[in-house]
Amino acid sequence: MTTLLEMRGITKTFPGVKALDNVDLRVEQGEIHAIVGENGAGKSTLMKVLSGVYPAGTYDGEIIYEGQTAAFNDISDSEKHGIIIIHQELALVPLLSVAENLFLGNEVATRGVINWPKMYQMTDELLTKVGLNEAASTTIGSMGVGKQQLVEIAKALAKDVKLLILDEPTAALQENDSQKLLDLLLELKAQGITSILISHKLNEISQVADRITVIRDGATVSTLDCRAEKISEAHIIRDMVGRDMSHRYPARESNIGKPLLEIKNWNVWHPEHKDRQLIRDVNFTVNEGEIIGIAGLMGSGRTELAMSIFGKSYGRNITGEALLKGQPVDLSSVDKAIAAGLAYCTEDRKELGLILEETIVRNITLANLAGVSKGGVINAAEEQKVAEKYRKAMNIRTPSVHQNVVNLSGGNQQKVVLSKWLYANPQVLILDEPTRGIDVGAKFEIYEIMNELASEGRGVVMISSEMPELLGMCDRIYVMNEGELVAELSASEASQERIMSFIVTE
Amino acid sequence: MTEETSQSKVVAQKSVGEYFAAHLREYGLLLALIAIMAFFQITTGGVMLKSLNITNLFLQNSYIIIMALGMLVVIVAGHIDLSVGSVMGFVGALAAILMVNHDWPMWAVIPVCLMVGTAIGAAQGYWVAYWSIPPFIVTLAGMLVFRGLSLWLLEGQSVGPFPKEFQLLSTGFIPDFMPQGVSTTLADLFGARRFNTGALSIGVIASGFIVYFGMKKRARNKAYGIEDEPRAFFIGRNIIVIGGVLFICFKLSTFRGLPNVLVTMAVLTIIYAFLTQSTVIGRRMYAVGGNEKAAKLSGIKTKRMTFLAFANMGMLAALAGLIFAARLNTATPKAGFAVELDVIAAVFIGGASMSGGVGKVIGAVVGAFIMGVMNNGMSIMGIGIDYQQVIKGLVLLAAVIFDVYNKNKQG
Repeated sequence: MTTLLEMRGITKTFPGVKALDNVDLRVEQGEIHAIVGENGAGKSTLMKVLSGVYPAGTYDGEIIYEGQTAAFNDISDSEKHGIIIIHQELALVPLLSVAENLFLGNEVATRGVINWPKMYQMTDELLTKVGLNEAASTTIGSMGVGKQQLVEIAKALAKDVKLLILDEPTAALQENDSQKLLDLLLELKAQGITSILISHKLNEISQVADRITVIRDGATVSTLDCRAEKISEAHIIRDMVGRDMSHRYPARESNIGKPLLEIKNWNVWHPEHKDRQLIRDVNFTVNEGEIIGIAGLMGSGRTELAMSIFGKSYGRNITGEALLKGQPVDLSSVDKAIAAGLAYCTEDRKELGLILEETIVRNITLANLAGVSKGGVINAAEEQKVAEKYRKAMNIRTPSVHQNVVNLSGGNQQKVVLSKWLYANPQVLILDEPTRGIDVGAKFEIYEIMNELASEGRGVVMISSEMPELLGMCDRIYVMNEGELVAELSASEASQERIMSFIVTE
Repeated sequence: MTEETSQSKVVAQKSVGEYFAAHLREYGLLLALIAIMAFFQITTGGVMLKSLNITNLFLQNSYIIIMALGMLVVIVAGHIDLSVGSVMGFVGALAAILMVNHDWPMWAVIPVCLMVGTAIGAAQGYWVAYWSIPPFIVTLAGMLVFRGLSLWLLEGQSVGPFPKEFQLLSTGFIPDFMPQGVSTTLADLFGARRFNTGALSIGVIASGFIVYFGMKKRARNKAYGIEDEPRAFFIGRNIIVIGGVLFICFKLSTFRGLPNVLVTMAVLTIIYAFLTQSTVIGRRMYAVGGNEKAAKLSGIKTKRMTFLAFANMGMLAALAGLIFAARLNTATPKAGFAVELDVIAAVFIGGASMSGGVGKVIGAVVGAFIMGVMNNGMSIMGIGIDYQQVIKGLVLLAAVIFDVYNKNKQG
C-alpha cells in the first residue's frame, strides 16, 4: 500500500487556544479512513488545514501529498490537486438544477456560452455513477437531503477527486439513505478513490472503514486497523473519551405517576397544501416521571406533531384535544404553551433554537424573561446568577457566560438550548433529536439530564432517529408512520427489529 | 471552587490591550468623534467649539438624533424604514396647517401630530409584521406617499410663521433658575457677557449621576463576578465623558444656556438606552432581530414586536417633524427630504448590523453626532456640498468596513 497523504506534526493555534497539537495522520491510497473524536477534538480544524481553508504558513507541521510536500493556499488550490471536502451543511443552490449545481463554477462552456446538451449528458453519466435516478434538470430544492448528499458526491466526481473528505455525511440522513451512501463509498473505493470519513456513528464506521484515527483534545490518540482485527465500538469510544464507557445510557429507576399530558384525536394539515393531511388522529399520553419516545422516519410527521402541539407553530386547521393533568389546556400560541408548562427543544438548534450572535446568558433567559425581571425591567445580576447556575449544572464548557453562543461546540450549544427550556420550568419537555451531531460524552450528559428531569416527576418526549438511543432511554416508544402513530411498545417489548417492522409496513 | 478562582484570575489577567482590542468598536467610536472635533477645531481656527456653534450643533442635529433612536430599534429588529424623512415633513406640514391656517392651539396640535405619526408608523408596521411585506417596499411606498401628501397639504407653498410658544420647542432655552447674583459674579469671573449658572449646575449634577451609576454598576458587576472594563478604562472613559459634558455645559452657559431640544434629546436618549438594554421588551426586540424563528419558538410575539418598532419610529419621526418645523419657523414641502439617509447612516456608523440583532442607542447617537460635526465643520470650512457628500459617503463605508474587518479578525 502506498501512502497518499501524510500530515506530520500539525499544530494550529488560535489566539489563546491550541486547536491542534502535533497531530499525525497517514492515509493510504485507496482506503476509507475514518476520523473520530468528540466535538471540539479538532477533526474539522485538521480538515481545514488539509483543504487550505487555513493556508500554508498559518500552521506548523508538514503535509505530504502524493509524495510531495504540499502547501495549499486556499480551497481551490487543494481542489486542483483532487482533494475535495463535502461539508455537513450542503453547499448546493436549491433553486438551480442538478446539472447547474454539478458544474457550478466549472461550467461546460466555450467562451462563456454554456453547452447544455453536453452538460446534461455529463450530468447523466455522473448521476449513474452515484446511483441517483434523477433527471439532470430536476431542481435541488425538490429533492430530499439524502439525494442532495449524492449530488454533492457527484459534484466531487466531476472535479476528478482523488481524496474525498466527508464531514458527517449521514448526520441528516435516514437509515436507508445512509446505507446507500455507505455502499457508494465502498464502490468508489473499488474504483480507487480514497476517502476520509468523519462521523459520530460508530456502527457506520465499523461497517466501511479500513482504518480509524482517533483524535482527542487536538492530538492523535491512536490509529486502529480494522482490516487486521475487528475493532469493538467500546474500544473506539474508550479512545475517544479517554475513559471506559461501559454504559452508553445512564441507568434510571422508573417511577411513573399519573397522566401528565394527553393528546387526543390530533389532526394537522399542511400549511400550504390545503388538502394534505400531515397528522392523522394521533393519540398519546405522557405520564409523570416518564420518558416516552417517538420513532419514525424523517418526514413521517414527528416534528410536525411536536410543533403543532407547541403553540400551533406548524400547520393549519389543527384539531384535537390536549389535557394537562386531566384538565383541558389552551395551547393555541407558543407563550400559552410555555405558560401551561410545555417546552419544545427544536431539532435544528442553529436555525430555530438559538440566537447565535447573542451571549449564553441572554439565550438561557429568553423563554422566561419574567423570571429575571420585575415590572418589565431586567435584573442583569439575577440573570447572571441564573446563567452561572446552568453552566455548572449542565457542565457547559465556556470561559464565560458572556461568550456568544456561535463560538460553542454543538454539544455545548445543545446544553444552552436545554438550559433555556429548563429555566422555563416545564412539566413536559419535548426533545426533538436532542443528540444529533453531538459527541459521545455530551450525549451521555444529555441522557443524564433527561433522567434527572423524569426523576423530578416531569414528562419527557424524545423524538429520535437513532433507535438504540430510544431503546436505551425510553419507558414507552410510539412509532410514527406517515402522520399516524402505528404502534405503542413498552420498553420490554421494543427492539430495533420490531420498531423497524412498523416503520416499513404501509 | 478552584475552577471559579482560576477563572476570575483569567479575567483579571486579561491585559488592558486585549480588552481594548475586544471593545475597539465602542471606544473607537468615541475616540473618532473626539478626533473629528479636534480636527475641525484646528481647521476652522477655533470656530467649532465656540459657544454659539455648539448651540447650533445641537439645534441642527436634534431631529436626526431623535429619529436615530427609533431607527436603531427598527434596525435591531431586523428591518429598515425609508419613510422617516417624508413622515417628518408631512407631520411638520400638518402642524403648520392646523396651527397657522386653522388657529389650533399648540397643546392640541402636538399630541395630535404625535398620534398621526404613530398611526403612520403603525400602518406601515402592520403590513410588514402581519403581511410579511418587505419593509424596504412598504416604507419606500410610504416615502413617496407622504412626500406627495405634504406637497398636497401645503399646496406647494411654505406655510408659516408659527406662534411664538411653538418656536420655543426648538429655539428656546432653559431659563437660569439659579440666583441672579451668582450668575453675574461668575460672568465677571470668566469674563463672559452673561452666565447661565443653571446650565452649568445641570452639567455638574449630570456628571455626578454618570459617575454614581457607573460606580454602582461596577460594584454590582464585581459582586457577581461579571467581567468589566479594566479600572484604567473606566476612569479614562469617565474623565472624557464628564470632561465633555462639563465643557459643553460651561460653553453653553456662557451663551444662552441649555437649549430645550438638548434636554428633550438627552432625556429621550436615556429612556431609549434604558428600554433597549434593561427591559424585557428591549431584549425581545434584539431576539427578534437576532433570530426571528428562535424568538417565536421561545414564546415571543415577534409580529407584535415588529409592529411596535415601526409605530415607535413613526412617533419619533413626528416629534422630529415638529422640532424641525419649529426651528425653521415654517413648514416647507421639501422639509425632511433625504433625511432618512442621514438617520440610517448614523445608525450604521454607530455599529448596528444590517442583519439585525446588533446595535446600541449610544452608538447611534454618537454616530449621528459624527455626521453632524462633519456637516457643520465642513460647512464652516467652506467645503462645497459636492465634496461634503463624497466625504460623508466614504466615512459611512469606512465605518462599516471597519466593523466587518473587526468581526472577521475575531471570528
